[in-house]
Amino acid sequence: MIGNIIKKEFKELFTLSTLLPIVVIAIVFGFVGQSIGNIGERIEEKPVIGLVDMDDGDFSDIAMSVLIEKAEVIYDGGDAEEGLEEVRKENGVALLVIPESFSQSIYANNPGQIEIYWIMRGAGMMDSISSGVVEGLIQAVNQGISTKLIQQDSSFDPALVLAPTKRVETTFFKGKEIEGLSASQLGNVLSSQSIVIPIVIMMLIIMAGSSVISSMGMEKENKTLETLLTMPVRRSHVVIGKMVGSALVGMIMAAIYMIGFSRYMSSFQISDINLADFGLALSMQDYLLVGVSLFTALLAGLSLCIVLGTFAKDYRSAQTLIFPITALAMISVFITMFKDFDTIPAVLRILVFAIPFSHPMMAMRALMLDNYSLVIGGIAYTAVFTVIMIAVAVRIFNSDRLLTGSVQKRLALGKLVWGLRR
Amino acid sequence: MKAVEVRELVKDYGSFRAINGISFEVNEGEIFGLIGPNGAGKTTALRVIATLLQITSGSVTVFDYELPKEAGEVRKIISYLPEEAGAYKNLTGKEYLNFIAKFFGEGEKFQNMVQRGLEIANLGERINDKVDTYSKGMTRLLLVGRALMANPRLAILDEPTSGLDVVNAQEVRRIINSAVEAGTAVLLSSHNMLEVELLCHRIALINDGRIIASGTAEELKKEYDARNIEETFVKAIK
Repeated sequence: MIGNIIKKEFKELFTLSTLLPIVVIAIVFGFVGQSIGNIGERIEEKPVIGLVDMDDGDFSDIAMSVLIEKAEVIYDGGDAEEGLEEVRKENGVALLVIPESFSQSIYANNPGQIEIYWIMRGAGMMDSISSGVVEGLIQAVNQGISTKLIQQDSSFDPALVLAPTKRVETTFFKGKEIEGLSASQLGNVLSSQSIVIPIVIMMLIIMAGSSVISSMGMEKENKTLETLLTMPVRRSHVVIGKMVGSALVGMIMAAIYMIGFSRYMSSFQISDINLADFGLALSMQDYLLVGVSLFTALLAGLSLCIVLGTFAKDYRSAQTLIFPITALAMISVFITMFKDFDTIPAVLRILVFAIPFSHPMMAMRALMLDNYSLVIGGIAYTAVFTVIMIAVAVRIFNSDRLLTGSVQKRLALGKLVWGLRR
Repeated sequence: MKAVEVRELVKDYGSFRAINGISFEVNEGEIFGLIGPNGAGKTTALRVIATLLQITSGSVTVFDYELPKEAGEVRKIISYLPEEAGAYKNLTGKEYLNFIAKFFGEGEKFQNMVQRGLEIANLGERINDKVDTYSKGMTRLLLVGRALMANPRLAILDEPTSGLDVVNAQEVRRIINSAVEAGTAVLLSSHNMLEVELLCHRIALINDGRIIASGTAEELKKEYDARNIEETFVKAIK
């Protein structure tokens, strides 16, 4: 008996329409993972750096030997400008400059200064791995110098023995020169935004999208759609009315969700860096662009949902149709979280750009770095996407498809079954 | 002016021909019935006239408005009651009537329309309850009220008494008759031959997407030498 019920449930739930989106998404995630790369491999890789030793003293020799052993040094000379150019050209992570008075300063019981010029290419989690490895190398340099200090003389200040160097850092990121901030620090601050903002947008899209698809499913299940379609109202108004209504519901639901989520995330905030101090603040105009980007992406998502909703046979089937939207939003979240738009492979860049939800996720960071073309281009793209999707939805609403489904396929299948029975 | 003129209407669903060249007219102030078995093409014909389905070939005009070109104008003067229609379950009966009435008018016109809907549905205090709590009969009465409250020039009613008990079915027939007295033309479909004989001024018998006979109930019975429409239909399809 129970086997009979299990068999029926399995047959009802395990259909091509429920299986296909999962398979497609599994393939897409696999592809995305492969394209982004392997974290383990990246950590194992030697970071590419440039070195300028102007000191040539006992301690700078230790530092140089540690760095040459553990990093791939592509420049080892005396000209910082030239070294920086070389590091940039060779896709290096940083140029480390040891000034003249380095060893002398340590001998005088003062930490030796290392100037680090970071070349930062992206602000995703994966982009900051190499700079993290270089930070590890500095720790190794410190250890080497500390060992030497302990071996040489016990009169050194214990604080100096524990921390024999200090860093003066400058980060170059997308045309900006940010003094006093390392690539890791900047990456961490930007990454925290890469988590919160995309998740807010993802929740908004999923909540609002779910509302609009469910609304279509309920119209069919409750047999109200036929009546609605005979009302003296333009089909485009039906489509837009459903979208705006769902957007409002989605925004309320996402806001409630985010109150809890922001409290959760605030417990992880440890950085007290104010980006405005480094010229990375957004102006009112920038915030307006972020708002427009979010609004157009929401409309684009909902217009896609309403097209998907036309395939819903009832409320239950509507629930499975939200899956492609969730998956697309998740792809956008994960890619923008782990990599910067500029540092992902071209194929992924096209994919990210094509998903309308990606644009508000990337907008804030892009505007901080004055990348207006990406944001405005994204808004234009999502607006065009929305118009096309609304046109498709109105076309479907004007056709027989909404009421009859894919009759042709059913009839063909019916004929085949009838033929086989005969 | 004819309320409906259908000429050589063909409707295909893919390779399946649901309607195969039917022609008929509905006069103003008339109840015209399409009768036939399940799958004969009744609902498809009504859906085409109600602007829901596209025409494969042939022509359909409603009060001289041509479909599909003037579908927007047709929607202003028709009202369609599908066979298995429902109402929004989270709304009360009155809220549902308000929602529909807003498509047709504002101010006094809107108020009068809702009042008329309330009178037709005649659900008493239950009109303020959510549709979700209604019985099938109550929902159907609400929907009949919805369909006729706007005083449509043409009411298209697909199996208007489907699933109703005798008392409710009789009430719906009374409402349809009073709407016709007020000037509405009615095109209805049914497989209940007795109901059609009681209600309709003229009838068309439809089978396999074709109209096989049409006329008044008396004319058809005489033509086929039958005692009632059911017998007429059986003889007509042989």
